[in-house]
Amino acid sequence: MSTYTPGQPVTAIVQRIEIHKLRQGDNLILGFSIGGGIDQDPGQNPFSGDKTDKGIYVTRITPGGPAHEAGLRMGDKIMQVNGWDMTMVTHDQARKTLTKKNEDTVRLLVTRKSLEDAVKNSMGTYPRQ
Amino acid sequence: MDTESTYSGYSYYSGRSRGSHRHGERSRDRHKPRSKDSRSEKSVTINTPPAEPLLGDSAVRGEQVQDDNWGETTTAVTGTSEHSLSQEDIVRITKDLEDSVGLDCRRYFTLTLAVILGLLVFLTPLAFLVLPHLLWPEKLQSCGTACEGLFISVAFKLLILLLAVWALFFRPPRAGLPRVFVFRALLAVLVLLFVVSYWLFYGVRILDSQDENYQGIVQYAVSLVDALLFIHYLAIVLLELRQLQPCFSVCVTRSTDGEIRHYNLGQLSIQRAALAILEHYYCDFPVHNPALLSASKSRAAKHLAGLKVYNVDGPGNNAAAGLAHSQSRAMIAAAARRRDTSHNELYYEEAEHERRVRKRKARLVVAVEEAFTHIKRLQEEEQKKAPGDVMDPREAAQAIFPSMARALQKYLRTTKQQHCHSMESIQQHLAFCITNNMTPKAFLESYLAPGPTLQYSRDHWLARQWTLISEASVTSGLKDGSIFLLKCVDFSLVVTTKKIPYIQMSEEYIDPKSHKFVLRLQSETSV
Repeated sequence: MSTYTPGQPVTAIVQRIEIHKLRQGDNLILGFSIGGGIDQDPGQNPFSGDKTDKGIYVTRITPGGPAHEAGLRMGDKIMQVNGWDMTMVTHDQARKTLTKKNEDTVRLLVTRKSLEDAVKNSMGTYPRQ
Repeated sequence: MDTESTYSGYSYYSGRSRGSHRHGERSRDRHKPRSKDSRSEKSVTINTPPAEPLLGDSAVRGEQVQDDNWGETTTAVTGTSEHSLSQEDIVRITKDLEDSVGLDCRRYFTLTLAVILGLLVFLTPLAFLVLPHLLWPEKLQSCGTACEGLFISVAFKLLILLLAVWALFFRPPRAGLPRVFVFRALLAVLVLLFVVSYWLFYGVRILDSQDENYQGIVQYAVSLVDALLFIHYLAIVLLELRQLQPCFSVCVTRSTDGEIRHYNLGQLSIQRAALAILEHYYCDFPVHNPALLSASKSRAAKHLAGLKVYNVDGPGNNAAAGLAHSQSRAMIAAAARRRDTSHNELYYEEAEHERRVRKRKARLVVAVEEAFTHIKRLQEEEQKKAPGDVMDPREAAQAIFPSMARALQKYLRTTKQQHCHSMESIQQHLAFCITNNMTPKAFLESYLAPGPTLQYSRDHWLARQWTLISEASVTSGLKDGSIFLLKCVDFSLVVTTKKIPYIQMSEEYIDPKSHKFVLRLQSETSV
């Protein structure tokens, strides 16, 4: 994952994932669980490389759910949802952004370590600032 | 002083009122105080207080004078003076006079029956053993070893039976109940039938035929004693064990000041439950103080006196009942609308009273503490050295009592307890506290709060004659929702019963290895 230096824009290799929400009764569900946020304890995040990273991570995926089919995997860090930034939000703000009732699909930008490795292997160098 | 309590001789069903107004004239016919011959049983007394002769004299004097002096010689209903007799006391005494004669006969009757039955039971096996020797001694086979062993067994079993019957039945009776005790009567009948049947068999098969087999006769007597022991076991179970397990929760409320207590009782008949409740009453309920109720009565009187209703529609409009109804409804409506400031008065009065009580209490505590510092206990060695003013506890109490008497009396007057404690009893209590090295606070505790009725002197046990008022028969058992009243002269105790529910318990097994925990890493929300 990219290290974050304050004051500098964050760069990352991201994958665009579009999830269509599934209607279950009264609710629209996406089929995954999130953890993290600026109000949470980053040291307890098992998926982050950098233990000061307070971003939103995917902690669980319901197998066969909309998120799984769209390609989301456990351990992904969500950078944006529908254009809204997810790197500096509280846990509750992230939840609300994802579960807006008037939106049927969410377009996420997610990053994971394997993406960066893949790019590194193919390009040979890690893109620097 | 003899001690006996009686319940009135019948369940009080109808409204045969023994109102106090009827006895006002009758009291003056009594010229000598009533006294009972003493018995050794230990129960609560209905006895005439020592102030009795005073009333007798004044009543006699009253009769001889003209009727217009009647007002002066009648006793008034007060609670404050020590030597006056209230109207309730007169009722109590005359009731006592009328009821006790019948009950004495009944008690002697049951006592003699019991003694006869006991003698019959004990002498029967002995008679069985002895009669063959008396009636046909030459035909009788001699008693071998086994037979003589049976003699020892009979002797010891009879001894055990004697001790057991003494332990269970020969206890001083605690009270006289209105109806006969059903289980005891049944047991007596059972024992009687049993013994009679044994005698029948003995008479027909052994006496008539003059059986020679003495061992058989001895075994027969042994079987009788065994069966009697089993009947005694039955008696224990029915009379003692059955009511031990609590089945009902009874709520006892005193009608005058609303004191409530709850007790657990087992399966008892209503009269036995009433007896158990009364024994608890004397130990648990604070003493009944009629002086504390006068304030609410005066308030009630003021409410009634405030309104008068006039009928302006003319006399011929309503029937009598309708008139009364409309009047009462009008009064209630007017009372609701009236701007009543009595709650204000009550609040300020109570606040003022509390302040006064606390001030008096503070003065009392200081006075008592100071009084206690004036005396010192002499140790053994010092006793021989100091010859002078050595006092025993009673004299020491009398010496320090005057310094606290005034404060104590004022406090008792403010809390309306002054008729509960006489000077004599206070000094006795003080001597008792001094003897037992109690602190001033320990001495004062019994005056600061009203204690249970038993704690006070005998003539303050205002109610010894209790009437059981019940819609169900008093020998029937307690049931869920049964209600009965225990009435005495001054107040009544309302008793309601509730059954303790049946509890269904189920089991759940937890494997001790199943207690496992994980740390919650972060809060995780599903979306």
